[in-house]
Amino acid sequence: MTTNATATGIDAHDRVEVTVTVNGVPRSSQVQPRRLLSDFLRHDLRLTGTHVGCEHGVCGACTVLLDGAPVRSCLTFAVSVDGHELTTIEGLAAADGGLHPVQQAFRDHHGLQCGFCTPGFVVSACGFLAEHPDPDDEQIREGMAGNLCRCTGYTGILGAVRQAADELRATGDDPRQRTRDGATASGEEVSS
Amino acid sequence: MTTSLLGAPVARSEDPRLLRGEGRFVDDLGHDAFEVAVVRSPHAHARIVDIDLGDALEVDGLISVYTFDDLPERLREPLPLLIPHPSLTAGRTQHVLADGEVNHVGEAVALVVAEDRYAAEDAAERIMVDYDPLPAVVGPERALQADQAVHDDIADNVAAHLEQEIGDARAAIADAAHRLSFRLDIERSASTPMETRGTYARWDADDQRLRLYSSTQAPTSVRAAVAAYLGLDLAQVECIAPDIGGGFGVKIMHPWPEEILVPWVARELGHDVKFTEDRREHFVSANHERAQVHQVEVGFDDEGRVLGLDVEFVHDHGAYIPYGLIVPIITSTQLIGPYKLENYRVTFDSVYTNTTPVTPYRGAGRPQGCFVMERTIDRIAAHLGRDRTEVRAANFLQPEELPYDFGLVFQDGRAYRYDSGDFPGSLSKLKELIDWDGFAARKAAAAAEGRLLGIGLAAYVEGTGVGPYEGGHVLVEPNGSVQVSTGLSSQGQGHQTAFAQIAAEELGVDLADVKVVTGDTRRFPYAVGTFASRAAVMSGNAIHLAARKVREKALRIASEALEVDAEDLELADGKVRVKGSPDTSIDLNVVATMSNPLRYAFDEAARIATQFTQPGDPNAPPVAEGEAPGLEATDYYSPIHSTFANGMHAVEVEVDPDTSDVRIGRYAVVHDCGTLVNPRIVEGQIFGGVAQGVGGALYERMAYDEHGQLQNASFMDFLMPYATEVPRVDVDHLETPSPLNPLGIKGAGEAGVIPGAAAIAAAIEDATGVVIDAMPISPSQLHARRLDAASTT
Ligand code: FES
Ligand code: FES
Repeated sequence: MTTNATATGIDAHDRVEVTVTVNGVPRSSQVQPRRLLSDFLRHDLRLTGTHVGCEHGVCGACTVLLDGAPVRSCLTFAVSVDGHELTTIEGLAAADGGLHPVQQAFRDHHGLQCGFCTPGFVVSACGFLAEHPDPDDEQIREGMAGNLCRCTGYTGILGAVRQAADELRATGDDPRQRTRDGATASGEEVSS
Repeated sequence: MTTSLLGAPVARSEDPRLLRGEGRFVDDLGHDAFEVAVVRSPHAHARIVDIDLGDALEVDGLISVYTFDDLPERLREPLPLLIPHPSLTAGRTQHVLADGEVNHVGEAVALVVAEDRYAAEDAAERIMVDYDPLPAVVGPERALQADQAVHDDIADNVAAHLEQEIGDARAAIADAAHRLSFRLDIERSASTPMETRGTYARWDADDQRLRLYSSTQAPTSVRAAVAAYLGLDLAQVECIAPDIGGGFGVKIMHPWPEEILVPWVARELGHDVKFTEDRREHFVSANHERAQVHQVEVGFDDEGRVLGLDVEFVHDHGAYIPYGLIVPIITSTQLIGPYKLENYRVTFDSVYTNTTPVTPYRGAGRPQGCFVMERTIDRIAAHLGRDRTEVRAANFLQPEELPYDFGLVFQDGRAYRYDSGDFPGSLSKLKELIDWDGFAARKAAAAAEGRLLGIGLAAYVEGTGVGPYEGGHVLVEPNGSVQVSTGLSSQGQGHQTAFAQIAAEELGVDLADVKVVTGDTRRFPYAVGTFASRAAVMSGNAIHLAARKVREKALRIASEALEVDAEDLELADGKVRVKGSPDTSIDLNVVATMSNPLRYAFDEAARIATQFTQPGDPNAPPVAEGEAPGLEATDYYSPIHSTFANGMHAVEVEVDPDTSDVRIGRYAVVHDCGTLVNPRIVEGQIFGGVAQGVGGALYERMAYDEHGQLQNASFMDFLMPYATEVPRVDVDHLETPSPLNPLGIKGAGEAGVIPGAAAIAAAIEDATGVVIDAMPISPSQLHARRLDAASTT
């Protein structure tokens, strides 16, 4: 068998322990140094809400928050986040299932169809709104232009981020925080 | 009873789960499955001299490697030609693994199975395939030169030649006051769903049963194909299409090599096996569409009325032709659009090239047909110096002429007959929506500032809801839940919501009580698939018919129990109640319980259906003749021919005079898909379609070099529109219900993409004065054409 010895003396096929706090819960696993964060989350921790659409950093489907800032988990090695905090799509809705304001806004505005790109958009939007609590429409369009969606034509997505921005600004909640139980009614209908 | 659910823009029931990250896509399943990597051809055309496994077998975690020679006899047969046609005389399909020759980059050569994908790729990398490269045939015109054959035994590279004619087109053109002839091209593109292909198989050795999850638009047919290749009874195979991350046509292709190989290997190894395609693989080994070259001859009168139209085109179907002639037949017929053509001749050659095979991508031949017809009308208008909307109006079929039978054969082998529509009505709505008449002033004002503005429009008619059939099953459970299922699968179209609306409307129950399952052969084994904008038309009507049967049965049972004539009863608020006296009623879940005569009172509710509680007539059987236990029904919808939706798009663009960059300003859509089940979902389909139309017009192309290497096989180089590239879209609906089905629905799935290239080409032409006869067009191409035009004037 060939070996890929590195300067640190760690072989690419050896396993090393990685400990991260994911959605507030400490998680550990033994992973190869080459293991992508996206695979670590999806297949080792079985948090399959984070999706993989390209694996080369272009589509944004794999976006997660690393210490509060959006990163592409397909371009990140799991070992490189040892000791850090991650928020994934699973960490936004309330424990009772109530949707996060960004999630609710996506539903209200028909911002998803197949739902494959959706976790990436929702997490990206949370990161974006934390940075830009009072965005104008052009900033929202730019802010969401790092993610690809093949279904929606983006109309509903942009409308959703607008609504979420207004709502979060009104409540003053940090968009990256898990929603509290009872804060939003899940499955609420809107009139249109 | 509350207001009608049909036509209500209710929020989707799919959403909360998907938004919380609780979707179940194929790769979300089977964490302990072995994973596969496929060794794919790096050559467009080559003979395989030798496959050397080298040190692949040493890789940690490797389970097994398979090449063609390792396959059992049945798996050595070529994959099926799914849709045969009498004119398809030289059809070739691929093997699950190449049999000595590869015909496009990305063709599967060997299969590696390992403990995970990392190990599988490690091993795949070490496998050495010795190829003897052959010259590649790239592009439809090269194919027709016939100096090099894709398949040795098809020297001219032509799989099929088909001609259809109504009237006498050539004579009509010869006699016309005006004649034009020109060429129009559309390049290759692809569906490119955000979720790639994937298949996961579980073989249960104890039960001798196979469960297959596949990201497919045709689970029932995948099941049948897998059963056939693996020599299993249908009863041993179940296929489930779980959440699917978009399809747009590419996932109607089946069975993919991996859909056969993965279940076969799972049974061989007695272990779960999964294939998840990566993005680069998707670019080269999942199918493409669109590439066609058209030669047009048209004759017309002083008003711009088309007297004769003759179109000859070449369809590039790539290395194999598994889906038959569907795409070019659709172009041939749907090209006509909303116009009354009485002398029309169309011929095509469907040719082999050493590129990825072609099967339908949303629109399926219609964007090309629409481009040809609409560019033709624009040429006529330019030639006569008339307004483009006037020339269109002069050619429209009038509402009173519908239904109209053209005398052509459509993609389903049935009559090409428009059932409904109001084309002049649509045009006047469109002109208003985009302010067509005010454009000249906007253009002049912009020109005064040195800006280039242009406007274009395009109209289409879309045959939707093709047969042969779909079915629906509706069951009211004793707990009051309503279980609905249909066989076709969903890729984001909101079927769960729309079908629930249809069933809830018929049964007078709360939407939240209806649970819809699609694409699961365990629940509904008979189906055709999700394509041709057919799901709402076909399954929607089937579910409506099944729900109607359930309603009738509920009325019969309640009528007996309440001793009230069924005619005087209605279903509302989850009850069967007496019209005009809603206090006399019986809950629907009680009716469901009563519908199933019981011996055992397994719970309190069940007591009412047991033999001593409800003895009935002691001289009649407890289940009456012609009845069956349970408040449920199955029904099917099978139309005689397709129903035709239609619409028109108009777009305003601004071209940067220095860089030739095209920016889209206004984009207006008028759309007639008959009765709207859920306008919000229909609008979503339109928005998404328009984005794909914009991509197809300005950004997306499969850039092959002359060696058949795809130069842009990643999202970095294949430019799919982001939010910054897609315009705001104004939509207006026209509802002319289809007379062909009970709900009056016409399909809506593909419409948004069809006229994009045609309308945007027209707008660019209007802005720049440069004739646009090929799409897509990049700023550098447009710039070169503008420089050319400037130097020749
Ligand atoms: S999967 Fe990470 S950016 Fe596409
Ligand atoms: S909703 Fe399907 S890709 Fe965005």
